[in-house]
Amino acid sequence: MINITRRDTLKIGAGAAAGATLFGTGALGAEAKWESKPEKGASLRVLRPAKFVQGDETLWLENTKKFEAQTGVKVRVDSEGWEDLRPKSAVAANVGKGPDIVYGWYDDAHQYPEKLVDVTDVATYLGNKYGGWFDVCKKYGMRRNRWISVPLGAPGSKINYRISWVKEAGFDSVPRDLPGFLKLCQALKAKGHPAGFALGNAVGDANGWCHWLVWSHGGKMVDDKDNVVINSPQTVAALEYVKELYATFIPGTLSWLDPSNNKAFLDGQVGLTGNGISIYYAAKTSQDPAIRRIADDMDHAQYPIGPVGRPTEVNLVVPAMIFKYSKFPNAAKDYIRFMMEEEQYAPWATASIGYFSHPLAAYDKLPIWTADPKHTPYRDTMRTMQWTSYSGSLGYASAGVLADFVMVNMVASVCSGSKSPKDAAAEAQKRAERYYKV
Amino acid sequence: MAILVQRNGVRRGRTLLELLDDRRVLSFLFMLPAGGLLLIFLTYPLGLGIWLGFTDTKIGRPGIFTGLENYVSLFQDSVFLLSVFNTILYTSVATVLKFGLGLWLALLLNNSMPFKAFIRAIVLLPYIVPTVLSAIAFWWIYDAQFSIISYVLVELGWIDTYIDFLGQPNAARASLIAANVWRGIPFVAICLLAGLQTISPSLYEAAAIDGANAWNRFRHVTVPMLMPILSVVLTFSVLFTFTDFQLIYAITRGGPVNATHLMATLAFQRAIPGGQLGEGAAIATAMIPFLIFATLFSYYGLQRRKWQQGGRDD
Repeated sequence: MINITRRDTLKIGAGAAAGATLFGTGALGAEAKWESKPEKGASLRVLRPAKFVQGDETLWLENTKKFEAQTGVKVRVDSEGWEDLRPKSAVAANVGKGPDIVYGWYDDAHQYPEKLVDVTDVATYLGNKYGGWFDVCKKYGMRRNRWISVPLGAPGSKINYRISWVKEAGFDSVPRDLPGFLKLCQALKAKGHPAGFALGNAVGDANGWCHWLVWSHGGKMVDDKDNVVINSPQTVAALEYVKELYATFIPGTLSWLDPSNNKAFLDGQVGLTGNGISIYYAAKTSQDPAIRRIADDMDHAQYPIGPVGRPTEVNLVVPAMIFKYSKFPNAAKDYIRFMMEEEQYAPWATASIGYFSHPLAAYDKLPIWTADPKHTPYRDTMRTMQWTSYSGSLGYASAGVLADFVMVNMVASVCSGSKSPKDAAAEAQKRAERYYKV
Repeated sequence: MAILVQRNGVRRGRTLLELLDDRRVLSFLFMLPAGGLLLIFLTYPLGLGIWLGFTDTKIGRPGIFTGLENYVSLFQDSVFLLSVFNTILYTSVATVLKFGLGLWLALLLNNSMPFKAFIRAIVLLPYIVPTVLSAIAFWWIYDAQFSIISYVLVELGWIDTYIDFLGQPNAARASLIAANVWRGIPFVAICLLAGLQTISPSLYEAAAIDGANAWNRFRHVTVPMLMPILSVVLTFSVLFTFTDFQLIYAITRGGPVNATHLMATLAFQRAIPGGQLGEGAAIATAMIPFLIFATLFSYYGLQRRKWQQGGRDD
């Protein structure tokens, strides 16, 4: 599929010449041009993750209507529960029938790259127009220098904490270093407001903080050449650290699934956890004044930075993919482009209260990130995050390791005391090697 | 013209009739729909699953035949072996409890009591509620922070801290087995109740005249008479329990640290979210020998005639 069209070449040239921000004068609009038109009489079926907040779906459908009105393309939007989205898109890829566009998960595009339409033109156009893609987007979106999916955004995870309890524990804010963070959690626990991070097979929450933990110490599942290197002194150091951190957790986190920490935080049982902006949103919009007070008393912070000296977070990523069986690839490309344009993206991001962090640099200026200072930590989610199989490639092996909770199980088995850090790292090494051997 | 056509029609009809008169043809035709359904909806998926288990198929990419590679790799995989252990433990403990309690419940329901029909209907409730709903209910009941059981016990002052139902391997296994038993008892009880009601009261009368006490009547009349239906119910119950998926998936996802992963949940986790269709199919296929063994055991083990008639096997 490496066939650069005349239009691509033009656009790449235009991109190189321009440092783009739409939010400035808009002078750049002339340079980043989108000329492709949908096929005549085209109709599209779009599959996306079920709404998390009502505003997300409302604005998405409104934007879709706008697209229909402007292009005459009929679009049907279906939503799928988060858990079922991945199997559904996989089945569509396998049988060659289904939605034209899927807004899927993580590295889905790397599981069936040859079934996807090359979207280099859309991605190049958007990158040029909106200040460029963040690095992690290129990792998720590109394969061998071609774009196979267009990242829509990332539901980011940050530290959620209760302001008054952190003060009570003797801290003004959440420390940005690991020893300080541990001290805060210990002090919180002493005051009866323990921390809590999911250690069950929680797809989003447990993967999120366990990867951060290991990466922040310099451990990682695989190196640049996809050699499994999880059994390292750095990993063991991370596991030694987590033993102490786990002692500050509320009991029961070994069984926590994704919703557990939301419930416990809103009930005032934990003072600190890692989560998307959903807890804050639920608290802020609650009918119950007691829960609304939690919204006033909570804030968000970046995860601490470990010895590696830079942020090491991982978040869900939503890539837009067009399947090759689609009869209307141009219409599909145009739809993806349309939804990413500022006129549509900005109001949608506002309506979803920043639940999705943006993939394009120019969107740093979206009003949602400053409308409420408590939103701001989520702004840089995609700027600083790493991809799930850091620092190796994305593909079958990495997806297998992630789905099998190898990282989470390693951390959990140390926390539960059933394995020493060294044994847990060795076991993880063995489990990961099963996937990477082929 | 019209007459001619009609006559032709009649003649053709007669040959067809002659053909249909043939017993072999007729029976073949009658079996065709059922056979076709079985072939399409049972044999094909099963065959495909078994075939996939011998390939390295990934989601979105057809695989190549790799022989026993998946199985060799699985038998060196501690998580798979753990899931086999969990499945056997889960099935055997849950089945014994379901049958013990189910039989007891059936005997109780077999007595005459007020509101008999109503009570019998109520007993079926756990079985009628969709599994996912009851699974979510149990998820709350076992929640580390919001468990109603822990709440009540703490309020009563019997314990100080909430019970970690799902956080410790053995506690989690026991909790899931309890949920499965709660769901499975009505099925066993109602089936056995049906069996109990087919036993003629005259047998009990005869036994009583011979001086048999309650235990002896149960041991030498009820149990043998119940055996045929017991073996059928046992087969079904073992099959359902062995292949259980929803309860586990909704309550623990196989955690903590894979302590409650059953073969079915592991097969799904590897095949669909993990993309390793071939390996997932191999895990599912690995369940078949266990299921065949369980079926054969309950058929040949429990259905032996002599034993049913109160005699001993040679």
